[in-house]
This record gives sequence, structure tokens and C-alpha cells, in this order.
Amino acid sequence: MIKTDAVIVGAGPVGLFAVFELGILGLSAHVIDNLDKVGGQCIELYPDKPIYDIPALPLCTGESLTKNLLKQIEPFKTTFHLNQRVEKLEKKNDNWIVTTNDQQQFETPNVIIAAGVGSFEPRKPPIKNVDKFEETNLHFAVKDKNKFKNQTVCIFGGGDSALDWTVELSKIAKKIILVHRRDDFRAAQHTVDLAMNLKKDGKVKILTCYQPTDFLGDHSIEKVLIKHDNGDIKELVVDSVLAFFGLKMELGPIANWGLDLEAKSLKVNTKNFETNEKGIFAIGDICNYPGKLKLILSGFHEGALCAQECFKRAKPDEKYVFRFTTSSSDIQKRLGVK
Amino acid sequence: MPKVTYIEHNGKKHEIEVETGLSIMEGAIQNGVPGIDADCGGACACATCHVYVDEEWLEKLQEQSDSEKDMLDFAFETKKNSRLSCQLMLEDKHDGIIVNLPEKQG
Repeated sequence: MIKTDAVIVGAGPVGLFAVFELGILGLSAHVIDNLDKVGGQCIELYPDKPIYDIPALPLCTGESLTKNLLKQIEPFKTTFHLNQRVEKLEKKNDNWIVTTNDQQQFETPNVIIAAGVGSFEPRKPPIKNVDKFEETNLHFAVKDKNKFKNQTVCIFGGGDSALDWTVELSKIAKKIILVHRRDDFRAAQHTVDLAMNLKKDGKVKILTCYQPTDFLGDHSIEKVLIKHDNGDIKELVVDSVLAFFGLKMELGPIANWGLDLEAKSLKVNTKNFETNEKGIFAIGDICNYPGKLKLILSGFHEGALCAQECFKRAKPDEKYVFRFTTSSSDIQKRLGVK
Repeated sequence: MPKVTYIEHNGKKHEIEVETGLSIMEGAIQNGVPGIDADCGGACACATCHVYVDEEWLEKLQEQSDSEKDMLDFAFETKKNSRLSCQLMLEDKHDGIIVNLPEKQG
């Protein structure tokens, strides 16, 4: 059990800046995110897209913003728990016990939910009852490639994951069938060329302008039905299916924590961005209040205000004093500049 | 102002006059049309504003960019007339356009 002044759910820009606001008040934080990297939507959805409305930064990108925020919070040596999703929040006296899907537990007076639109989850193929195959031979990632040894593997998708694994698994699998909904691939040209060469050698079969329509089998997928744009249906006999349809955002377990929800977002008061539960805060895109704007800059402001309340809850015996970074020696010590 | 007809998957119609220069996605969000999520807020980065454009209007729309084509790979049940509505900016000539909404986004 990790004890900390605050747990931040979500490592997007707003979660990262909350680390800063807590840090200058002398509060520690642990950050949990379901993605394998820090940055949230900024990194996952638009790392290269220009952002023009961050105060005093006429132009930045999702990636440069994330890098700068990480630089800004460096003095606080924050621990990130990536590839983990918070599953449960339970009350313990005045504190909260936070449990992730990896059974990592935290005890903290403050939980700051900065989860954007929710957590990123693999997008599933648009097929009924697809869930039951997830236990057996439908995968959204490769955890152990040896599993596919000597198998006929059907891979769906046209991006880097789909093409990289087509090339890699062709070395050990019996056969790879790559299915994509159009002729163009998004993946790096080099990998596409490699796959096309493997196609010539007969190691890989590539079917384009096809989409999945059904998976057949009792417990595991035995046959995959795919449909061409012109209506033709093909039946593929397979041992495993790998689907790379990207990620989508889902509110997920947050909806089960007993917090007041409104249109997939959490209701907060604008004094300290607390939800209906004491010590649980929501900031950034996931919070909702009259006049709410889903802007990164609004999330920064929300983080600053919520940090004041976190201080009062984490250090009930200390008096909160408002200080500027320009003049406070305490803050400057925490930042390591004095 | 061009009038846009949004038809939900269950057949429910919403006829809405949307200001020129806004996208079909913005027209839906600002008027509370259900069925368009627009999680990324119009950055062509999430594929949750997917619509099927009525065939006869397809050619009158802006051409599809590579990034829209890439992003449509992630949309639910795409068809030939699939577009991302955040990329469809309304002009006066689009008055009367009809878009059908998919069963779900993402």
C-alpha cells in the first residue's frame, strides 16, 4: 500500500500540471494512467498537431507541451504508474483507498480525477458477441509472440501495429492474413514494403477493401467472415485473430464510483473542484460546471484551485498560506532553485 | 444559413439551420443532436463524429484529406459514403444536405 498526499488519475496535461500545483505546496502525488506513456490525448491523438491557445506559448504541439510539463514537474520526482487503470475507490475513514487493475493500492486523502474523456481502450471489431472470444484467440495486442508459432493468424488493420506484427509474426507463424478496409496503409512505408515483399513470397496474404462481418466458433474463433466493398464475402479459417482498430475513449469504471455524473462528465463545485464526495476532485475535460470550457488552460486553473483544498485535507494541522513562486523561498526550495 | 438534416440510426430526424462556416459536427453538438460524440473536439483525431453522407451530396463536399481517410479506419462500420463530420464545413451550397448517423461511434 502506497501512502501519498494525492493520487492523480490521468497523465494528460491537466494531470501533469496538477502535480506542479501540489508540488509547490509541498504535497506528494502518484499519477496513474491506462496508456503506456505520459501525455494523454495530446500524445495519443495529436502529438504533431499545433495548439495555439496555451497562454504565453504562441505555438506548441501535443508532444512539446507534454515534454515541457514533464520538465516543469521534474523537481517533484513524481512516480507514474502506467498501463494501469483505476478500478476501485473505497472510503477508509477520511481517506480513500485506490485500487488499480494490477491490484496496486494507494491510501490518500485526495483523489484528483483528470481523466479527460475516460481511459483509452482498444476499439473492438463491430461484431456481435465479440467479447466471448477475448478470453481465447482474439487479441488486441501481442503479449507473447510465441503463442502464434505455426498458426494461421488473421490480422486486421492498416497502421503500424498491424503491419509491424504482420512482418514480425510471419517469421514464426504458418501463415499471416492481413485484412484492411482500403488499399492505402497508414503504416511506415518501409514496413509496408516489407509486407508486400512477403506477399510475393507467399508468406503473407493481403486482402484489402474487406471488413470483418462475423467471427464463427463456439469458444474460440474458427472462421472469420469478411466482406469486400463490392459485397463479396470470404471465409477464412484461422487459429488466432489480432485486431488493430486503434483506441477509443471510454468513461469505464469512473461511472461506478458513486459520483454525480452529467453527460459523461463529473459534476464539481467551482470553489475547489470537489465532486459530491469529500476528497475526490475532478479537473480538466472530465469535470462539468456551469460555463465549463474544455480547454487545456481551464484545466490548469482547475488544478491550481483544487490543490488548495488538497493541502487542507493532507495537512489539516498546517495553515495554508498563499504564496507566489517569484518570492516564496519555500516554493523555490521545493523547485530546487534555492 | 444551410439547413442540415441529421437522421439518427433509429430514423429520428433533426432539421437544423447551421451557420455557414461551421462544420456538420459543430452543428450537431451545438444543437444537442445525439449520435455524434466528437471526443477530440474537431481535430480529426478520434473518428467519433462519423456520418454517412446522403449519396447525392457526396460530390458537393470538400475532398477527403489523407488524415481523414486514416482516421476513418477507426470508425464503426464504414461505408463508401462515410465521412468525419468535423471535416465537413458548411457553405450556402450545402443547403438541404442530409447525413445519416451510424448505430454507434467508435
